[in-house]
Amino acid sequence: MKKLLSVLPLLAVVIGVHLLTSATDTMYYLTQMTMSAYYSLLIIGLCVLMGYAGQISLGHAGFFAIGGYLSAALTTRSLVPYQDTALVNLLDSVGMILSGHDLYGEAMLVVSPWAACGIAVCTAALIAVIIGIPVLKLKGHYLAMATLGFGIIIYRVALALEYFGEADGISEVPPFPLLSGLTISGNFSDRIQNYYIAWGLLLIGMVLLLNLMDSRVGRALRGIHGSDEAAGAMGVNTSRFKLQTFVLSAVFAAIAGVCLTHYNGGIGPSEAGVMKSVRYVAIVAVGGMANLWGALLMGVVLNFLSLRGVFGSYDDAVFGLILILIMLFAPNGILSLNIRHRLKQLLRRGKQDREGEV
Amino acid sequence: MTTELFIQYLMAGITYGSIYAIVAIGFNIIYNTTGIINFAQGEFVMFGGMIAISLLHFMPMPLAIALAVIITMVIGALIEICFIRWLKSPSVLRMIIITIGISILSREVAVHIWGESIRSLPYFVGNEISSIPVFGARISPQVLWVVAASALMVIFLGIFFRTTSIGREMRACASNRKAATLCGINTQNMVTLSFILSAGMGALAGCVMSPITYSQYDMGTGLAIKGFTVAILGGLGSSGGAVTAGILLGVIEAFSVSVVPLAFQDAISIAILLIILFVRPQGLFGSKEAAGLSEF
Repeated sequence: MKKLLSVLPLLAVVIGVHLLTSATDTMYYLTQMTMSAYYSLLIIGLCVLMGYAGQISLGHAGFFAIGGYLSAALTTRSLVPYQDTALVNLLDSVGMILSGHDLYGEAMLVVSPWAACGIAVCTAALIAVIIGIPVLKLKGHYLAMATLGFGIIIYRVALALEYFGEADGISEVPPFPLLSGLTISGNFSDRIQNYYIAWGLLLIGMVLLLNLMDSRVGRALRGIHGSDEAAGAMGVNTSRFKLQTFVLSAVFAAIAGVCLTHYNGGIGPSEAGVMKSVRYVAIVAVGGMANLWGALLMGVVLNFLSLRGVFGSYDDAVFGLILILIMLFAPNGILSLNIRHRLKQLLRRGKQDREGEV
Repeated sequence: MTTELFIQYLMAGITYGSIYAIVAIGFNIIYNTTGIINFAQGEFVMFGGMIAISLLHFMPMPLAIALAVIITMVIGALIEICFIRWLKSPSVLRMIIITIGISILSREVAVHIWGESIRSLPYFVGNEISSIPVFGARISPQVLWVVAASALMVIFLGIFFRTTSIGREMRACASNRKAATLCGINTQNMVTLSFILSAGMGALAGCVMSPITYSQYDMGTGLAIKGFTVAILGGLGSSGGAVTAGILLGVIEAFSVSVVPLAFQDAISIAILLIILFVRPQGLFGSKEAAGLSEF
């Protein structure tokens, strides 16, 4: 309940931004705010994995792409050639198939968005389990390289398979009707609605993660970050917790991928690229690693600026530079800089207290 | 598969393999002295090739290549001095992120200087169609240059590390940094030197491979992944292992073309990397105890 209250100011900000943009006639900012919210959903998931559990992942764009691509392909590619196969009949009998007509009036059979979303997220979770079991045994450089390799494989697959549109990606992805009246789509008329859907999802994700980090699981994860062995010695099942966090963050990434793909109406292979994964890591690092609010704030601000094209052709360079500068000068995140002085004082006082006790 | 085709694939494999081996040895040199995997290793190769191509407008090729190697060495030294030297016992995660940042930044610098176009040095001898018959197969003379340059570099490094006093100091630094400091070796300078050496090797590899594989601003990441695969495969830190593993990976990759589509060629070497990491992280030739001691 307390966590719910702590998110209330954020809700106020979200509504405030809406009112501000409508008052100043700059509603077009809401489009980028919506996209930033989806990217931030991925980033807070990655923040739990990197900051709290201490496991780096350079392949999270891969999970985003699995979600986005599967959902896009299932809702776009017609199943008419496979109409009579058992699988399609099975899906049809449980109401997961939509029939319609394409631009040229030909009959089309596609998977319904909800079913596609479910399949995409479950696949991402399944792949996270399969990849996670061996990968999370690794540490340091090995873990970084293994996750990077995973990301590149996903990128290559997206680029090589005709089913995923090769270099063109998938376009003309239909809207995603969540409930009657609530639809994820890029239509001009649905802009405000989509803004609130995206931020609503982000708020729900935030409340879930904040609660999780405050629970037994969160404490166990912090223990793992501090020392694998020590946490294990205290009876924490380290490999299970790591795997669960990995899968959780993959699910967050996949949901973000599904929603953003339906919102944009398409997805391309660059969403799976290495640079995207590195960018997410950079944002988590800027936010201060184990700081969900920092990750959220930086995720929204940096993605918004990047999507607005503020950095121009130096987009990637800016993120590279941010990575280096943050890691060199403020490894605890940019938010730690302002309060560093206070922290130092606190530490000094703490030290004196301890010395006093001795 | 006919004998000619077999030899053709084999030679292609050895060519790429020796380049991977050089990149892997570059990883090893820096890893040995610092315990860092330099994710920007592939960018040294890119810089070497690109700078040589630009210098070619002003001077003959041997001079351009030599100057490109020297400039890349300076870049390597600057990277170490600016970003790494003054960090006191940074965590592995921090170093990974910093070197990734350096690699992105180098790539962006390159794309703003040279653009996205694909360039290449001219063939050292002959041209695209000149070839030497080997057991019925026909190979380009440039292949011999690549293999010879790689072999020379490995031999040079071996001599350098064994006979010169600087080489011995570097090895001392690699086996025990604290003890080396106590013996009066300036370990910080050794780290800078290791960056210079691996930058120079990468740059030379980038020059000799440029006529065959071409140079582009974003070639670094792929090379780094493959170099890392080779370094792990041969046992991290072992140069001899890197050569064997490099040629092994190159040959596997070359022959895989006849089985799987070209688009998946990269995926194969990454799959090998993942399998090796899961099954034998100490490498094919490394011992388990040695791997247990390193800080992973």
